[in-house]
Amino acid sequence: MKQFIRYLPLLLLALGWELAARLELVSTTALPPLSEVVVAWIDMIKTGELVTNGLASLYRAGAGLGLSIVIGGVLGIAMAWSKPVNVLVAPLVEMFYPLPKSALIPVTVIWLGFGDGSKILLIFLGCMLPVTIGAFNGARSSEQVLVWSARSMGAHKLRMLWDVVVPSAMPELLNGIRTALALSFILLVSSELIVAQMGFGYLIGYLGANGNYDAMYAVVLTVAFLGFAADRIYLLITKRTLAWRE
Amino acid sequence: MPPDGWPEKAARFTYIVVTRFFSIAVLLAAWEILARSGTFTPFQLPALSNVLLRIWQDAVTGDLAINTALTLYRALVSFAICAVGGVAIGMAMSRNRLAHWFFDPIISVGFPMPKIAFLPVIILWLGVYDVSKISIIVIDAIFPVIAATVIAIQGIERELLWSARNMGAREREMLWQIVLPAALPQIMTGLQVALPLTLIVAVVAEMLMGGYGLGGAMMTASRFANSTGVFAGIVEIAVIGYCLVKAMALLRRRLLIWHQEANEPTTA
Repeated sequence: MKQFIRYLPLLLLALGWELAARLELVSTTALPPLSEVVVAWIDMIKTGELVTNGLASLYRAGAGLGLSIVIGGVLGIAMAWSKPVNVLVAPLVEMFYPLPKSALIPVTVIWLGFGDGSKILLIFLGCMLPVTIGAFNGARSSEQVLVWSARSMGAHKLRMLWDVVVPSAMPELLNGIRTALALSFILLVSSELIVAQMGFGYLIGYLGANGNYDAMYAVVLTVAFLGFAADRIYLLITKRTLAWRE
Repeated sequence: MPPDGWPEKAARFTYIVVTRFFSIAVLLAAWEILARSGTFTPFQLPALSNVLLRIWQDAVTGDLAINTALTLYRALVSFAICAVGGVAIGMAMSRNRLAHWFFDPIISVGFPMPKIAFLPVIILWLGVYDVSKISIIVIDAIFPVIAATVIAIQGIERELLWSARNMGAREREMLWQIVLPAALPQIMTGLQVALPLTLIVAVVAEMLMGGYGLGGAMMTASRFANSTGVFAGIVEIAVIGYCLVKAMALLRRRLLIWHQEANEPTTA
C-alpha cells in the first residue's frame, strides 16, 4: 500500500495521458492514447522488430561501456599509482573531460562508418573519462595507513596494488561507472538517431518519419525504461560489491 | 639582482608549465605529423594546421561567431531555466509534502532515464526551432539540479535552523539567509553536473534538427564529407566546453569563498 501511494503520481500521469488523448484535448497524432501505444508495443514484440533492434543497441552499449570500464579503470589506477603516468595523462584528461561527447558523433562515423564500430567507439570514448576520474580519485584516497601497514607486512608492489589500492578505489570507481552507464545510453540513442541502420534510435527516427507515432512512443518508452532498469540493477550489484565496507 | 628564492620559483614555474602542457603539445604534434605523413587520408584525419586555418576562415566570415553565439545561447538559456526551476522544484519538494509526494517518484524514475530518446517526441510537439531545442535540453539537465537541491536541504544541520528561528528569523529570512546559503555547496555540485549536459544535448539537438549552431554546422560539414569542417567543429566545441566548465569552477570558488572547502586544495 505504501509503495502504491508512493508511485501513485506516475499512475496519475499515465491516466492523464490516456484521458487527454481519448477526450481529444490534444491532437492524437502528437499524443496517441497510452493504450494504443501498449498495443503497438506488443505488436512490435511479436514481429521481433523491437527485439532485434534492441539487441543491436544493447550490444553496442555493452561493448563500449565494457571497454571504457576496463581501460578507464586501469588508466585511473595507473595515474594514482605512478607519478610519471599522472604527469603524462592528467593534462589530457583535464582537457578532454569537458568536451561535450556528442560532438564526436560525426568523427566516429568518419573513422568507422555507419555500423556498430562507430557507436562502440563513441560510447567507449565518451564513457572512459568518468571511469578514469572515479578510479583515480578513489585510488589516490586509499588510506596511507593501510598502504604502510601492507608494506611493513612485506607485501610487494603488485600485491599491494591488488589488495589495498584497488579495493579502496572501489566505491568511487563504481560511482564513476554509474555516471558512465547513464552516459552510454545518452550517447547510444543520440548517435543512433543521427546515423544508423539499426537500433533503438534508428527505430524511433524511422517510425517517426513514417508517422507511425504510437509505435514511436512505444520504442521511446522502452528505451527510457531500459535506462532506468539498468541503473537500478547496477545499484543493486554495487550494494552487494561494497557489502564488505559495512 | 633577482629576488630571494628566484631560481627555485622559476624552476617550479617551468616545471608546472612543462608538466601541464607537455602531453598536450605531444598530442597536437602527433596529430599534425600523422596527418602529414600520409598514414591516414586527409578525409580520415585532416592536418591540425588545416583545421585551424578553417576555424580562422570561419572566424573571418563571421560564421564562427553566429554558430557559437547560437549554441551558447541555447545552452545557457536552458541552463538558467534548469538552475532557477530545478532549485525552485527542489525547495518546494523539501517544504511541501504534496509537492514531495508528486515529484519524488517522477525524479527517481526520470533521473536515470535517457531522456534524449524523447527528442523526436519534442520535435513532433514543438517543431525544430529554439523552443524545442531548449525544451529537450531543460528536460535532460534539470534532474541533477532538483536531486542535488533536495539532498542539500535535507542535509542542513538542524542546529542552524533552530538557532536562526530562535533568534526570530522570519520564513523569508530563513530561506534567503540560512537555507539557501547552507545548501549552496551541493546545489553548485548539481549545477556543475547540469552544465556539461546542456552542451551535450544542445549539440545533439542541433545535429538532429539542423540549422545554425555548432552542432548543425558539424552535421552540414559531415554531409558534404568535409572532414576538416567536422574536426574544426570538435575543436570549437571542445574550447567552449572547457571554458564553461572552468568558469563554473571559478564561480563556485567565488560564491563559496566563506565555506571551508575554499581553503582545501582542489584539483579543478
